[in-house]
Amino acid sequence: MKKQKQPYVTMKGTKDGLTLHLDDTCSYEDLIAELDEKLTINENEDSDGPLVSVHLKIGNRYLTPKQEEELRALIRAKKNLVVESIDSNVMTKEEALKWKQKTEIVSVAKIVRSGQVLHVHGDLLLIGDVNPGGTVIAGGNIFILGALRGIAHAGCYGNKEAVIAASIMKPTQLRISDVMNRAPDYKTEERNEMECAYIDDTGQIVVDRLQLLTHLRPNLRGERRL
Amino acid sequence: MGEAIVITSGKGGVGKTTTTANLGTALALLGKRVCLVDTDIGLRNLDVVMGLENRIIYDLVDVAEGRCTVQKALVKDKRFDDKLYLLPAAQTSDKTAVTPEQMKLLVGELKQDYDYVLIDCPAGIEQGYKNAVAGADQAIVVTTPEVSAVRDADRIIGLLEKEEHVKRPRLVINRIRSHMVKSGDMLDIDEIVMHLSIDLLGIIADDENVIKASNNGEPIVLDPTSKASIAYRNIARRILGESVPLQQLEDEQKGVFSKLKKFFGVR
Repeated sequence: MKKQKQPYVTMKGTKDGLTLHLDDTCSYEDLIAELDEKLTINENEDSDGPLVSVHLKIGNRYLTPKQEEELRALIRAKKNLVVESIDSNVMTKEEALKWKQKTEIVSVAKIVRSGQVLHVHGDLLLIGDVNPGGTVIAGGNIFILGALRGIAHAGCYGNKEAVIAASIMKPTQLRISDVMNRAPDYKTEERNEMECAYIDDTGQIVVDRLQLLTHLRPNLRGERRL
Repeated sequence: MGEAIVITSGKGGVGKTTTTANLGTALALLGKRVCLVDTDIGLRNLDVVMGLENRIIYDLVDVAEGRCTVQKALVKDKRFDDKLYLLPAAQTSDKTAVTPEQMKLLVGELKQDYDYVLIDCPAGIEQGYKNAVAGADQAIVVTTPEVSAVRDADRIIGLLEKEEHVKRPRLVINRIRSHMVKSGDMLDIDEIVMHLSIDLLGIIADDENVIKASNNGEPIVLDPTSKASIAYRNIARRILGESVPLQQLEDEQKGVFSKLKKFFGVR
């Protein structure tokens, strides 16, 4: 029955370990069977050696989390092999949308007033003010073209690299990831300078000139990161 | 078909009822047919400020529940022949006695007969507020130059912006004490307007005569010499679409002020 011209599984040794190219046109069952077979053949060679990391390249095949788990288990069962990465060209629509949501810049033109909460998953570009009592939350960075007088929470899913920038920075509270900072109790002069807030080396939120941001967060400089 | 304007503030005690009474009176003085509606069920005040308390027979709840017609419940203000009417709130029930749907119908009915229906909103953002806003086409937000009042005004504006049937709210800043603004102890007008970023409809200086007048059941607008009276008349004219410059607040500039006074006194 099995009259394959080309094997479904191709192994390549690199300096990073083993790269397995898995064919993406055969059935999953065939693939698993052949993988198991090939790995079993090679099993005896230096089985006491150090762990070898395996990179899987699965082309245009989509693996469900369950299948992925199965593959990892299969390879891990071969003593000194461990799956380091699984590289697929495809992802589900859901994942793609989630990814898009987390990386896009959402621009909103409104005034976030007292009692209102504006929540976006990616970066937020707010064209307007945040008034005292208002809250803006973003999974990524927050850029405010107007005045920030309320609460801003950037990197709300745990991104400590996130920044908050505003034309007028007079927040009641700043939060980045799980770090929090509040306005001083004394009144400060309203500066006519755009400012940004970020987490510095000591793990504190600091507010500084906007221009410093290019040095502090080089990833903001140009193209959108992936 | 008239227009319904809700007068609201969020915070209590900033002068919603006084503003409603005076704007209503000022509009009636300008020849419009006006109906005032008090939606502060359980804590009604508008009738007292207007001096109409002793004429109430039926109230808002009676109308909403169909115990009487709107026309029967309306209290006529005899000072302005057939121009000014009041629909009083009930004192014995609470805010839940009326639903927003009922208010919408009621205000819609009143709009047929009157040029302006002014709705006095209770403090807060609960049921009473929802009732008051349900039938409105426009909104006036009253605030005072205090941080807490401005904060609540901001909240209310946010809620009003969500109501699609209400036009962009406009702002009235009440009880301004010019000497305190000058010394920096009170928020100044530009700061408030910039902060809330809505159109300013008018400013009213703090005036003891307002309290005196409302205790007597006579809106201050009826006294043409008072500062606050002029301010309310100006706001009424702005509601009618006239462009009237903002009043000077400074006490020192008596010259300009007395000129203004004279100008309005002649009218």
